[in-house]
Amino acid sequence: MGSITFIEHSGDQHAVEIEEGKSLMQIAMDNGVPGVDADCGGECACGTCHVIVDANWTSKTGNVTEEETLMLDMTPEKADTSRLSCQITTTEAMDGMVVRLPEFQM
Amino acid sequence: MTKQCIIIGASHAAAQLAPSLRQEGWDGDIIIIGDEPYLPYHRPPLSKSFLAGEKTAEGLAIRPAAFYEKNSIQFRQGRVTAINRSTQTLTLSDGQEQSYDKLALCMGSRVRKVSLPGSELEGVHYLRDITDVEGIKAHVEKDKHVVIIGGGYIGLEAASALRKLGMNVVVLEMAERILQRVTAPELSEFYTRIHTEEGVHIHTGIAVSEITGETHTEKVICADGTEFPVDLVIVGVGILPNIELAVEAGIEVDNGIIVDEFCRTNDANIVAAGDCTNHFNKIYNRRIRLESVPNASEQGKSAAASICGVSKEYKSLPWFWSDQYNLKLQIAGLSLGYDQISIRGDKLAGRSFAAFYFKDGQLISVDCVNRPQEFMLSKKIIAEKLSIMPAQLADETIEIKELMKLSSQH
Repeated sequence: MGSITFIEHSGDQHAVEIEEGKSLMQIAMDNGVPGVDADCGGECACGTCHVIVDANWTSKTGNVTEEETLMLDMTPEKADTSRLSCQITTTEAMDGMVVRLPEFQM
Repeated sequence: MTKQCIIIGASHAAAQLAPSLRQEGWDGDIIIIGDEPYLPYHRPPLSKSFLAGEKTAEGLAIRPAAFYEKNSIQFRQGRVTAINRSTQTLTLSDGQEQSYDKLALCMGSRVRKVSLPGSELEGVHYLRDITDVEGIKAHVEKDKHVVIIGGGYIGLEAASALRKLGMNVVVLEMAERILQRVTAPELSEFYTRIHTEEGVHIHTGIAVSEITGETHTEKVICADGTEFPVDLVIVGVGILPNIELAVEAGIEVDNGIIVDEFCRTNDANIVAAGDCTNHFNKIYNRRIRLESVPNASEQGKSAAASICGVSKEYKSLPWFWSDQYNLKLQIAGLSLGYDQISIRGDKLAGRSFAAFYFKDGQLISVDCVNRPQEFMLSKKIIAEKLSIMPAQLADETIEIKELMKLSSQH
């Protein structure tokens, strides 16, 4: 089983197991990764599951929808590879992927 | 002896409070007592994707069983019938006692029931938990007739989901307009238009007097004599906070369990979080009771911290969302008491606009329909009490990012 590493703003790392088909947000919640709030439970409604995907992995994380882009655009800590983790479906191809968490979820 | 923290209610608040206790360093037992046969689950999808058949009951779980096991969070199915503060014990409906060192009240709310003749007939359902929706689903069939009593968010979301499944949908609202209790006339008018375009029949200013049928519901009869044939009736007329246990135990209650900004009640060993609480909100300078998932989660964090002797102030801006058809409504803040409204976009045509509510020149709330950027902008302006002019928000030639800059300059 592959894993994905979440790095908190403080530098703390959390390697979590991939469960194919679940969203990146859900596996963060399932493993209690601090810093992913996911207020709306994965409806792309709140913008509180913001992650910054390591630039080497963006080809694996799928397309960004327009709605997601609009939400992310207004997020203060937005980076070029920012995503809402509820909109990324995890696959084994993401084994070894690293994502960073912003200091604050909006 | 190992200390025990008992959480009453396997709710959204509990699903956050329990793991937050571990994060704050609680090393005693954690036991969640709930009366449903499920781990805490997401309730908002019940009237949306779960009713529409796009999500399964398993898919609603907030966290999996393995997570709770790993964090030594136990579940006990049962109903608490009394909180005995002097002995720090709980009495359960099966007669057993459960002692506690710390207690968290996360009882949530329950549906307001109606006492109409015929409301006990088969085919009449409320909508609050998984069992309710499974009951509703048993009657869902294309071209059959459903009457929804109550034109609030739950009723309208159910209308949207059932319309998608091909049912004939009628919504009956007693007030002069749908969503009257929660939003402005502009929004009511907009949602009336959308539902009408989608083929839902909305009737306002109408009172139901009776539901008739042999064993199964057949007709809904209104006070003005209007009759609707029905195969299914859904009642969505609001919720009530579950406060009785607290009242009987002498915990301070006033339209919800009274908590301070750290989610503490008037008993040093008891905290409370979520729908069943009433807190003083500094942004609005008044006491409020919220029916909201983000509130339950955030209060869960503060309550857990308080149990562990850490001060984590609850000071989040209330926000809500509602999905109907292809519309995503995002609401930030509370519009109650607004004296000015400003609209960005065309609410009379199309399906995208934002309504901003002002009081004494200050933005206090926003309703955004398919306008995520206006939502994000407003959250910031309201929470930080930044200044912005109603006319600036209404002017679509000014881009959102420019509005963000304008509001931050003061």
